[in-house]
Amino acid sequence: MPIKSESTLRVVLYEGDGAAPLDDSFAAMTALLERGYAVTRTTSGGSVAPQTRGSLLVLGKFSDGRAPLAESATADVSVRFHDIAGQDAAGITALVEKERDTTGAAKHGEWKPWFPVIDYDRCTNCMQCLSFCLFGVYGVDDESRIQVQNNDNCKTNCPACSRVCPEAAIMFPKYKAGPINGDLVSSADLQREKMKIDISALLGGDVYSMLRARSEKAQSRFSKERDEGKALAERQKCLVKLAAAGDIPAEVLMSLPSPEEIARRAEEAKAKAAAALAAQRTP
Amino acid sequence: MPKILYCHCQYAQVVPKDVKETVLRKLCESGVAFDAVADLCEMAARRDPALAQLSASGEVKIAACFPRAVKGLFHQCGADLAADKTEVLNMRTLRAEEVVARLAAEDLRVNIPMKGGTIAE
Ligand code: SF4
Ligand code: SF4
Repeated sequence: MPIKSESTLRVVLYEGDGAAPLDDSFAAMTALLERGYAVTRTTSGGSVAPQTRGSLLVLGKFSDGRAPLAESATADVSVRFHDIAGQDAAGITALVEKERDTTGAAKHGEWKPWFPVIDYDRCTNCMQCLSFCLFGVYGVDDESRIQVQNNDNCKTNCPACSRVCPEAAIMFPKYKAGPINGDLVSSADLQREKMKIDISALLGGDVYSMLRARSEKAQSRFSKERDEGKALAERQKCLVKLAAAGDIPAEVLMSLPSPEEIARRAEEAKAKAAAALAAQRTP
Repeated sequence: MPKILYCHCQYAQVVPKDVKETVLRKLCESGVAFDAVADLCEMAARRDPALAQLSASGEVKIAACFPRAVKGLFHQCGADLAADKTEVLNMRTLRAEEVVARLAAEDLRVNIPMKGGTIAE
């Protein structure tokens, strides 16, 4: 199921006028962040981002133990207050989880946010990424400009499309190394041809026909294999080299669709890219 | 004084844990107001409207990861960061003390790459 465009519940740890400082704001803050919330700490020093819409849950040790009753600041923002005197981090988290259920705010942690991010200062809109990706992550906007559209279709830990981009314009912020992680791009990185040759040499020039061939070979070899554990180990071994060269996780290669489906999706992506390129040429 | 936004990078281990912890602890101890988010990547993927609130609120110092990546994430969400109002502190490469010192400093050292971040040789 695709991730929904939902707002994160913003929790305010209020330590301003009319409230006492929290005993351990670090513990409360850490516990809430680990659950995926956005947490704002307000004090009398400094300012924070405004809230123009969505839900705001304000927690504090209020004077007399009484939280303000205001329910709504504007039509677009709903505000609720809770007194948390005597509560530890676990108690605060439980309270927030309960509130989240009533606000319909986003739930977190079910998906590792792994997806490509395009550096438009580098991108030339060549559409290679779009025609490469089998999973429909990329699309184009109204002006035929490449766009990441389906973030959660991306295969976790697979940075393969960044290797395909001739401009080093595709980043994966959670990748281990530069420039894919967003680090500066060196001229050595820009010798992308080398990287591309490495992959295409291994794959015989066409990533998908190579994958198809491997998958077919693997299927015929391993279908005879009775011991499934051994078959899996063998299959993984044969994918190690391929995975290492493109830095594609073996699990991704293992979970590729059938050869026919790969061919169909590759054609579809290619057609989309061709249409976008044609639209760019038409004034 | 620029606003402060701290990213906890909750769903990956790319920011060293001790750096994250020290920066967050010092922020909490400092008595300063600030915003913290669990994972900017996750919010960007969901096109969370909160990112627009954060990017539209004037001068900001963001403790997260590489400035080029942070810029791209906000852009993907339709919430472009203003290049003349943003300093990104990279917790993947800086020491915790360096990040804390920059967050506490009153001045803003803008550093979002404007031309695709190519290193001049
Ligand atoms: S392959 Fe790179 S340069 Fe080409 S459209 Fe994709 S991101 Fe842009
Ligand atoms: S923006 Fe950087 S620090 Fe924040 S969650 Fe994404 S990768 Fe982690």
